[in-house]
Amino acid sequence: MTATVEKKRSGGFKSRWAAMPKQVRWAAIAALIVFLYVLPNRWFYEYLGFPVGSEYFAFYTTRSDFAGVLFDTAVFVLLAVGLNVVVGFAGLLDLGYFGFYALGAYTVALLTSPESRFGTEWPWLAAVPLAVMVTMISGVILGGPTLRLRGDYLAIVTLGFAEMIRLYAQRNEGILQGQRGIPGIPHPPGTGSDGKPLFGVVDARPYYWLILTLILVVILLVRNLANSRVGRAWVAVREDEDAAEIMGVPTFKYKLWAFAIGAAVAGLTGAVFAGKQTFINSDQFLLESSILVLAAVILGGAGNIKGAIVGGALTWYLPEWLRGVGDLVGVEFDAAEYRILVFGLVVIVMMIFRPQGLVPNRRRAAEFEDRRKEAVPQETVPSE
Amino acid sequence: MNFDEFFGNFPALTITGLEQGAIYALVALGYTLVYGVLRLINFAHSEVFMVGTFTALWTWEALGYNQNSPAPAFGPLLIALLAGLAVAALASAATAVTVELVAYRPLRRRNAPPLAFLITAIGASFVLAESFGIGTERAPFGMPNLIPQETLFTVFGAAVTNVQLIILGVTLVMMVGLDQFVNRSRLGRGIRAVAQDADTAALMGVNKNRVILLVFVLGGIMAGVAALLWNVRYGYTKFNVGFLIGLKAFAAAVLGGIGNLRGALLGGLLLGVAENYAAGLFGGDWKDFTGFVLLVVLLMFRPTGLLGESLGRARA
Repeated sequence: MTATVEKKRSGGFKSRWAAMPKQVRWAAIAALIVFLYVLPNRWFYEYLGFPVGSEYFAFYTTRSDFAGVLFDTAVFVLLAVGLNVVVGFAGLLDLGYFGFYALGAYTVALLTSPESRFGTEWPWLAAVPLAVMVTMISGVILGGPTLRLRGDYLAIVTLGFAEMIRLYAQRNEGILQGQRGIPGIPHPPGTGSDGKPLFGVVDARPYYWLILTLILVVILLVRNLANSRVGRAWVAVREDEDAAEIMGVPTFKYKLWAFAIGAAVAGLTGAVFAGKQTFINSDQFLLESSILVLAAVILGGAGNIKGAIVGGALTWYLPEWLRGVGDLVGVEFDAAEYRILVFGLVVIVMMIFRPQGLVPNRRRAAEFEDRRKEAVPQETVPSE
Repeated sequence: MNFDEFFGNFPALTITGLEQGAIYALVALGYTLVYGVLRLINFAHSEVFMVGTFTALWTWEALGYNQNSPAPAFGPLLIALLAGLAVAALASAATAVTVELVAYRPLRRRNAPPLAFLITAIGASFVLAESFGIGTERAPFGMPNLIPQETLFTVFGAAVTNVQLIILGVTLVMMVGLDQFVNRSRLGRGIRAVAQDADTAALMGVNKNRVILLVFVLGGIMAGVAALLWNVRYGYTKFNVGFLIGLKAFAAAVLGGIGNLRGALLGGLLLGVAENYAAGLFGGDWKDFTGFVLLVVLLMFRPTGLLGESLGRARA
């Protein structure tokens, strides 16, 4: 009953949205983007009429620096958008997504830091494309042999790969400098109007804006890909690989593409992260984070970019926000402590009751519905 | 590379490797059994092992042992070990069955795609690990030193301790027992039938869901035994202790040929030995790393393992 009501409501929004004039839709999207850009600015809230200095407005995180939380959330969203290509579009389970993220961060660190044994000391901007290249190539190297195998093996290989990178970074004292890590990674370039560097240590806002811009660019690229021949091939592979192969889709090639593109996005994110953090070590790339990104994609709705955005934003932002809310009502409640527990539960429940996610991709939801209809009714199987 | 260390300690490295490999093998059996029947990597199995380590510890604490208590005499020791074994095996089996009933069975009923199972398994694994992590405040726990290690005899200059003999002995007994059970008993025939062809087995009157439950129970018991041996040998546990063991056990299962019981034993022992050789060659820091490299390389180039995948084909 509730399901049908829900369906009607969401369908209503969708059809009303589609029925709006194009200009209105563009204006709405533009307004949303502008809103996201001004979100971390204090003057914005003062302009809206919140008392000066007050931090208790609706979505401010009182326990941690708001711009910092926004940056972390944006990092998460970008990762979710990238992983969505692999898991959502092509239907490949990648459990070691953070491995590529780590690879991107370490590539930048090694090339730019004066502390690195390489001694190249490139500027940050020059290292970023190389980091993206390196992660993309490593995606191809890793995916090449494994993508010929069944899906679950790919999952374990990627997981092993991510742990391998982390353990290597932790134990290697020579180049990666173990848990001491690599300090002194330069910030992104640019000078503000006041002559100070645009990307500093204290203010996280420029980094947020940078990554927000990157998200928009990546979304545009990925969206176009998904609507192109490549995207159709991905859907075919996801729905039935054998049938796709018979119909002449070079499935291996497109799987490899999805994997490499996902890896490249993770590498890009890692590069930006290294540029903000200026210091990385192996403890920043735990397996839990890979799982959280995956949970974000599943929660939002795999196969749908909007879903990935919603999922990514929820997984990181919500616990931080809840911490602040706990403060307001006088409860010492560290929501981040329960984050993984809660998202583990969410994943289990979602897989059973709403495998298509909060903001589902229509075609993917139909795939789940189809399979459900094909299920053998359990009651007809004799119980003895 | 440290060849002196490697060749000098070769026998000792081998024995330690076999001992660690035995624990991997017992855990690997759980992966292999479930995989053989359901074609599912039961990611939550590592947490089944973790639950075993904790419940065994709590049993001992309930019996009045703590980290500082002196080693008990033979009679009380036997009682403590058997009680710990029973509780750990029961708790592990119960955990495995709970995961199956709560997480996997609803998915089967809905004919969910394979990826949904794997994602659920990961979710279950994290829920279990995190609830223990939060409950125990993520602290490591020491064990009562029930069996003080003492050297019984030496082989080629390598000391063999009583604990090592116990671990290898128990593993062999469990392994042979399980092998006989699957290959000779009526219930075992059901397992093999479902592993071979679930639909046909159902038509022939095998209750599929019951067989699946049985498989989870067997895997859980093996993990419980492994947990007890772990407690005796390593003397500590933590909420995330299962993660590494679980991945290595999975690697061991794949190494031997996942779905193959004897392969799990072979793979476990081989992995344990290989890891220790690597530790001897490159230093102890690289032990875990070797495990992962082996796992990745193996899955990339020889995914069917050494003995091939066959729970169903074994003496069909």
